[in-house]
Amino acid sequence: MATPLVDMRNISISFGGVRAVDDVSVDLYPGEVVGLLGHNGAGKSTLIKILSGAYEADHGEIFIDGEKAAIRNSRDARDYRIETIYQNLALADNLDACANLFLGREIVNAAGLLDEPAMEAAAREVIGRLNPNFRKYHAPVAALSGGQRQSVAIARAVHFNARILIMDEPTAALGVQETRMVAELIQQLKREGIGIFLISHDLHDVFDLSDRLSVMKNGKLVGTVRTQDVTKDDVLGMIILGKMPGQAAA
Amino acid sequence: MTPAETPDHRTRSSDEARSPMTDSTNSLDQSIAQKQHTRLAALLSSQTFWVFIAVILACLYLSFATDSFATSKNLYNITRNVTFVAIIALGMTIVIISGGIDLSVGSVLCLCSMVLAVTMHAGYSIEIGIAAAIGTALVVGAFNGILIAYLGFPPFVVTLGMLSVARSLAMVASNNTVVFEFGPDHDKLLALGGGAWLFGIANPVLYMLVLAALTGFVLRWTRFGRHVFAIGGNEQAAILTGVPVRPIKVAVYMISALSAGIAGIVQTGWLGAVTTNIGAGMELQVIAAAVIGGADLAGGVGTALGALVGAALIEVIRNSLGLLGINAFWQGTFIGGAIILAVLFDRIRNIRRRD
Repeated sequence: MATPLVDMRNISISFGGVRAVDDVSVDLYPGEVVGLLGHNGAGKSTLIKILSGAYEADHGEIFIDGEKAAIRNSRDARDYRIETIYQNLALADNLDACANLFLGREIVNAAGLLDEPAMEAAAREVIGRLNPNFRKYHAPVAALSGGQRQSVAIARAVHFNARILIMDEPTAALGVQETRMVAELIQQLKREGIGIFLISHDLHDVFDLSDRLSVMKNGKLVGTVRTQDVTKDDVLGMIILGKMPGQAAA
Repeated sequence: MTPAETPDHRTRSSDEARSPMTDSTNSLDQSIAQKQHTRLAALLSSQTFWVFIAVILACLYLSFATDSFATSKNLYNITRNVTFVAIIALGMTIVIISGGIDLSVGSVLCLCSMVLAVTMHAGYSIEIGIAAAIGTALVVGAFNGILIAYLGFPPFVVTLGMLSVARSLAMVASNNTVVFEFGPDHDKLLALGGGAWLFGIANPVLYMLVLAALTGFVLRWTRFGRHVFAIGGNEQAAILTGVPVRPIKVAVYMISALSAGIAGIVQTGWLGAVTTNIGAGMELQVIAAAVIGGADLAGGVGTALGALVGAALIEVIRNSLGLLGINAFWQGTFIGGAIILAVLFDRIRNIRRRD
């Protein structure tokens, strides 16, 4: 089988006396979506923050493209082309889509001034590819719908060559229509060979979007299953009881 | 406004020259049309625009209702009086866009004036006096900014403290006396502030226009300006996307203090004397000007033009009350009313937009 894009092996991290993540291994292949599930406090966010550089693991190793990676901060993560899309999307509501896309990485011309035409052209290219119906390039993003805001946030990650995307509760606050739009975005990203970790505490948000599901409970990995092999009830059992399907409940 | 529009018109005309046949050109045309449309809508929904209309209407009314308003002497007075508040309001607008506030500007104006006056009184040249005043402003601004950006102090508290400290230092520097002799370069200083070097326009007005153009340009066309807006819009997002939030915040408070320092230097030259109570209470007028001009105290919104228009409205109200023979005690009521009215329209628009 191909080399995994991300391979996190035997990761552990403690805060004070609490083992937030305990000997957890997960992996992710190009063009694949892995849903990371568990209750609040199960350790999934902590695990993923180790990948995005917010925390450093006490034990364990991370391999990117089969090579051992040292991710000490978010800049390192960015160098490995890991981009995170936060639940609140990290958009400045008073700025338009182009300004948000290039926030912190604005293109400037020879005189050192903002090169608006270049930024707008790039924004149209990348947002248009992800969401052909997107029109509101010049409105403050406060005026956009939830799905359009997602498009801008995802476009930002894609434009800066993300290969590994971490999406935190991407559809939690969205309506049916908007959720479908995000699902289409994710399909588009998969076709481009990007690997995606979807983090959620709600199975229904990620079941249909994910190729595989990794379930965590109390800092430990319950198990990883292929979505096509299991039912929602099986996965609920994993989340609630902490048992793989087929095992007897304790 | 104008620099923002030029490149768009260029895009538009070159687009019309091509034949808009393909879908992509069509959608580009649509989006440009939409952009023009948004421009007009943005103008009509902009607080600055309506306040500007209010200023014009007030001026027209006063020209007919009184003999004394439209005289060149009165207009000269108005424009010159506007400038000190307006220059500081430019700096304040940047602070407010970044989501902060600076209460110390009135005292910083006083301190810088006094540093200039005392230095020149001691026999130093005007260049050294101005350098000392500007240096003082930058140090004060950096102090405010570092406490706010790196130590997480609330801007309100830090600058409230500085309001007290700066005026006290001005008293210490001058032993609380009035300084009206500025040494060998006395006349140069008075010419700098009181002259009219270009077409009979009072010098302070020229400085104000140049600084406003500079502020508008920086806010619109530089990364710094873009980052100031981003910090005011969503500071967390700015941090996550790698905007250097802390250095920018320090710079913002330095600019604010600098604007107060410049106003102090010009005002010293204009008045020809410095007392330790100049600029007292000025911070509130300045904030009022910025807010009337459309700056949002919640952060993320504001323009340089708005700062000028806001300052102009306040001055026209003040001036007109005098000319119309209304008791000066009413001044506060009218200016306060203007602040509330300006923000009220903004609230109504926001509520409608949310529906």
